[in-house]
Amino acid sequence: MTHLPFIVTAYGLGVLIPLGFALDAFRRVRTARRRLAAIDPRLQGRARR
Amino acid sequence: MTPPSTIAPKLAPKLAPKSGQSLHRFANPGRFLRLSGAVLPWIAVPGALLTVIGLAWGLFLSPADWQQGDAVRIIYVHVPSAWLASGGYLALAVCSVLSLVWRHPLADLAAAEIGPVGAAFTALCLATGSLWGKPMWGTWWVWDARLTSVLVLFFLYLGHIALVRAFDDPTRGYRAGAILALVGVVNLPIIKFSVDWWNTLHQPSSFSLTAAPTLHVDMLWPLLIAALGYSLLFGAIVLTRTRAAVMERRLRGLLMARANAADANPYAAVGDDA
Amino acid sequence: MTRKGRRLWLLLICGLGVSVSAGLSLWALSDNLQHFVSPSDVAKVGAGGRTVRLGGLVEKGSVQRATQGRPSANFRVTDGANSVAVTYVGILPDLFREGQGVVTLGVLRPDGGFQASEVLAKHDETYMPKEVAEALKKSGHWNPDAGPPPSAALWNTIPSKPPGGG
Repeated sequence: MTHLPFIVTAYGLGVLIPLGFALDAFRRVRTARRRLAAIDPRLQGRARR
Repeated sequence: MTPPSTIAPKLAPKLAPKSGQSLHRFANPGRFLRLSGAVLPWIAVPGALLTVIGLAWGLFLSPADWQQGDAVRIIYVHVPSAWLASGGYLALAVCSVLSLVWRHPLADLAAAEIGPVGAAFTALCLATGSLWGKPMWGTWWVWDARLTSVLVLFFLYLGHIALVRAFDDPTRGYRAGAILALVGVVNLPIIKFSVDWWNTLHQPSSFSLTAAPTLHVDMLWPLLIAALGYSLLFGAIVLTRTRAAVMERRLRGLLMARANAADANPYAAVGDDA
Repeated sequence: MTRKGRRLWLLLICGLGVSVSAGLSLWALSDNLQHFVSPSDVAKVGAGGRTVRLGGLVEKGSVQRATQGRPSANFRVTDGANSVAVTYVGILPDLFREGQGVVTLGVLRPDGGFQASEVLAKHDETYMPKEVAEALKKSGHWNPDAGPPPSAALWNTIPSKPPGGG
């Protein structure tokens, strides 16, 4: 292959950038869900009240 | 702060009991969370699969260009990210109209979450373009109309990201961001037609409504598959981020309500918490 | 009129105003937004010692490369109607060849020649495998040195690998 470093860098960015954003979004949802589960009366109501 | 209640009662009358005014705000988002949670796997999984297939096809199976050689393979990352840079901005603009005219509370959250993702894809477009330009044109960058207008798009995204988060009152940030986003829409036709209106180093589009694509089918298929995959992935990322934003807003609302209750009756709050 | 309707109209009117003002400014600035000038522009108004970008196609049969010393080249840049002789000292880009688009940065000398300090290759929006380009050349549909390829409908579904071959 010609110009291999350019191609590899372009594909690397093309995979890593969306992957990074996807993982970050996933982590945000997980954190928010966990914190919400701890204090949300609507989620706790069934169990406690 | 008044709850943005223009939409919520209309869409979800059963979910918003009159007794709890503050619940209005969460009623519609509750339906959004359920709906988006059901749809998400059907976007995210095909998106990831098609992206991987398109990129692998482009990198290993598609033919090299007769004069550019293997460097042409950068097209399978560059063109989808360019389409999504503009497409994401269009989505941002639609959310801004929904926000400004209909005061839709979800549109505000979605707009704030599209911004960083769109900026990232615009940066990807600029970076891969640079990586393609250096070996083929002989330069990383030129100030021609196409490259410059895409750089302006990147700055519009950055401006929106900053503006939306610049105010203590989030509603004011959303309004200001929506106005900026809508003013920036004039840049979209400029990007699209820059290569036709002016002399640019960047070549014109290979796609037109009136003629066959000037791209061989063996390159066209991986490009379209990668573009579809990236588009679904973009949608999945924005949807997931918006879900997170909806939950984070409810979390803030609950913590605020707790703090207020604690202020009103400090002795009761201690007992409740412990 | 409802408040929602009023906001919608306000938005549409603002949008119209922004579009018109953007359109007018672009129209007024149009000359400055050109990335390069053509040989015909140079013939018409001249470049008078200013640094300009000259763009066009490398004229067929005009390229003379220096065979010894520092790499340098003389060639003519044409837009069909007019052409300008260009002198360049430096390494030409990979894609540089006769019939190829180029954009050169430099100054017009009083004798009408163009002294370039930078030469960039400009490629077009057609992408085809080597086999397809060869087939078009062999069948006489296209000579890459002479001009742009024929309509894409003619070639973009030609099999890029000979049937049966790897």
